[in-house]
Amino acid sequence: MELFINQVLAGISTGAIYACMALAVVMIYQAIDHLNFAQGEMAMFSTFIAWQMMQWGVPYWWAFILTIIVSFLGGILIERLLFKPLAKAPVLTNVAGFIALFAIINSVAGLIWDFTIKQFPSPFGSSPFLGSQLISTHQAGMIGVTVVLLIALFLFFRFTRVGLAMRAAATVPESARLVGINTSWMIALGWGMASAIGAIAGILVAPVVFLEPNMMGGVLIYGFAAAVLGGLSSPLGAVIGGFLVGIFENLAGTYIPGVGNELKLPIALALIITVLVVKPNGLMGHTVVKRV
Amino acid sequence: MSTVQETFATTKSPSTELPAGKSNALGRNLSLLILLVMLVVPLFVRNFVIFQITMVLIYGIAVLALNILTGGSGQFSLGQSAFYALGAYTSGILMEHLGVNYALTLPVAGMVCFAAGFLFGFPALRLSGIYLALATFALAVAMPQLLKLGIFEHWTGGVQGLVVTKPDAPFDLPISQDAWLYYFTLAVTLVIYITSIFLLKSRSGRAMMAIRDNEIAASAMGVDVSLYKTLAFGISAGITGIAGGLGAIAVQFVAPDSYTIQLAIALFLGMVVGGVGWLPGSFAGAAFIVFVPNLAEEISKGLSGAFFGVLLLVVIYLVPHGAKQVATFAESLIDKLRKT
Amino acid sequence: MTALLDIKDLRSYYGQVQALHGIEFHLKEGSMTALLGTNGAGKTTTIRAICNMVRSTGTIQFEGKPLMGKSTESIVRLGIAHVPQGRGTFTTLTVEENLQLGAITRKDTKVIASDIEKMYSYFPKLKERHTQQAGTLSGGEQQMLAVARALMLRPRLMLLDEPSFGLAPLIVRDLFGIIGKINREDKVSILVVEQNAQLALEIADQAYVIETGRIVMSGSASDIVNNEDIQKSYLGH
Repeated sequence: MELFINQVLAGISTGAIYACMALAVVMIYQAIDHLNFAQGEMAMFSTFIAWQMMQWGVPYWWAFILTIIVSFLGGILIERLLFKPLAKAPVLTNVAGFIALFAIINSVAGLIWDFTIKQFPSPFGSSPFLGSQLISTHQAGMIGVTVVLLIALFLFFRFTRVGLAMRAAATVPESARLVGINTSWMIALGWGMASAIGAIAGILVAPVVFLEPNMMGGVLIYGFAAAVLGGLSSPLGAVIGGFLVGIFENLAGTYIPGVGNELKLPIALALIITVLVVKPNGLMGHTVVKRV
Repeated sequence: MSTVQETFATTKSPSTELPAGKSNALGRNLSLLILLVMLVVPLFVRNFVIFQITMVLIYGIAVLALNILTGGSGQFSLGQSAFYALGAYTSGILMEHLGVNYALTLPVAGMVCFAAGFLFGFPALRLSGIYLALATFALAVAMPQLLKLGIFEHWTGGVQGLVVTKPDAPFDLPISQDAWLYYFTLAVTLVIYITSIFLLKSRSGRAMMAIRDNEIAASAMGVDVSLYKTLAFGISAGITGIAGGLGAIAVQFVAPDSYTIQLAIALFLGMVVGGVGWLPGSFAGAAFIVFVPNLAEEISKGLSGAFFGVLLLVVIYLVPHGAKQVATFAESLIDKLRKT
Repeated sequence: MTALLDIKDLRSYYGQVQALHGIEFHLKEGSMTALLGTNGAGKTTTIRAICNMVRSTGTIQFEGKPLMGKSTESIVRLGIAHVPQGRGTFTTLTVEENLQLGAITRKDTKVIASDIEKMYSYFPKLKERHTQQAGTLSGGEQQMLAVARALMLRPRLMLLDEPSFGLAPLIVRDLFGIIGKINREDKVSILVVEQNAQLALEIADQAYVIETGRIVMSGSASDIVNNEDIQKSYLGH
């Protein structure tokens, strides 16, 4: 029983990483209706920007804030330059565009910062949290930041006019235009916000997984899985999904014999799919009635 | 409300449709011309280039299989690399452990993968769009790990993989192994390509496309949606398996890490570049995924990924509907020239 | 009388198909104008063209300013509210959020709340359900919501696309009563597209008849009602 509780705790702390990434995934999915495969790479690039600033002597929190701003603007820029021209292209063509962006960012980051692993500092330190060996102060801090972010997003979407306009543009774009909302800019804004949230996720994840151009590959997959599990339309669902995926992963590694590190991911995914087969819209997603 | 608007609204929505009113094959004359070129090409190029063109054909078959699934029945799969791997291992194991003739391993690989795809199609029935993409993605991620498992190691060779013997040309034909393999692949490709075109034109093909365009309407018309969706999965997996078997023979090697999610992504890109749902485009797309990474590598070693990305972006900006769009454009150009 | 909306030589296309072949009409400030015609005549296309939702050529002027080439959202911001066919409800948002969206471009944020109250007085049903997801409303309630959402813009001109579509006759009466009242009391000019000609002619003062993408008849509503051809083809006498 103690092993079980310990594994659940460990799962929650890795889950925080996935939750944070899943928030970014849901954010962009809400804005553009696709999963952005390049999102992890964008987050990785943002994290390198923060690292570079700290190398230049910028204090942690300043680098943190500046990186978020730069990422927000960068996200908007990517949308305006690369994806606005594809707005009328088929969905799958857009997905191919994400893969292209993935390749470009990964390769450019490798060229600028090379592929050696870099240490990334944590503002929370890495001592045991409340005396528990399983969860460090950094991981506790990460959970805290994720929760704060979630609340901030909730307030933004619920109580601001821009948030309302973004939700409207995402649900029925044509009607949104008919009440005077510039839906094209709402999409750009969605990219900017997703990019900024991704930057936060990257900065929080980097002390755990170490900074290098491929650091987000695995994290993004879990982030997608968490977002899908949560229902893709709900930030709260994404966070819950993130924690659940973390717990699944740890329990599968502990209790299913023969599961090494390598099969953890497929098993976690298989569990998620089982959930989806039972509940095809995810845990928190709303059912969309299909009509002819 | 205008009727014009209604028809417009229904035709624009599916992003995976075939070109309106156009068959999914090339014209007869053009097809024969291309075939003729394909037949004489090995006489003029180096063995390595023959090998590359063989790979284009093999990946072309795999992309075509994805096209049947996505373009045909509207389901999307990121798990094609898993079926490709299954086919490759089936062929490899049959040849190396049981001494079966390489040509005979292909139908077996096809059937094994058909069965696997058909079975996978059942749980997949409950999923659509992104959820299906995730499920198939899980399959693609799991496959290399499963192949590495100790219990299969006697057969699969574990992480090391299996070395596959390259077949000689039969009847003492005076051509190289590469050239023979090329002609063999070309023949298999032709059979699969022609069968697929007839399949999509058949009753079953129309049923699948009805599902793609509107699942609820299709079921209301009496199409057995579950059957055809799983069937599409099975057929697609089966064809992919044959491509995998051919790939194993051509590369002479099967190993778990040859069949990662990157292969599935490459096949997906091949489909987009070729034009979703347009079968001849599969081979144009396959050429893209075989040659463009090499091209990017030649431009710059350090930035090959970036150049590949840029080249891909250039293609999708110029022709968002892929090679299909080029063909449609060329056709209208020829029509205009004829009229004047 | 100045023309609030002036349309000349409007031609619209869906892909290669031409749906409108040179429509011309104008709409007086404060009027209620009906656009009549059978299914497929081009009524919906005409009002979609006003909001630049179909590819069109020709000139459209609103208060003397050209609309052609402007984006849908900037046309709306000029004070043209469009109630689309099928109502365009934001089904996953609440009723009240739908109404707030109607006023999303307005700068006078302080009076929005009182405008919402005013909509609730027009349509008490909406008040009862103001926290519900709009998708749970009945067809008639969603149509009321669509009209109310359009009014939240405080528009100069309201374009209504088949407001009676799919509604029970009693609800239609109610709705048209309110539309008439809005026209008279709030001085909102209205262009209404209807297949139900009888109904539309009862409340409209002007009417145009479209057939296969062309205006074939125009005049005051009373003239049109008494026209023999109209009675035969549209009113079923």
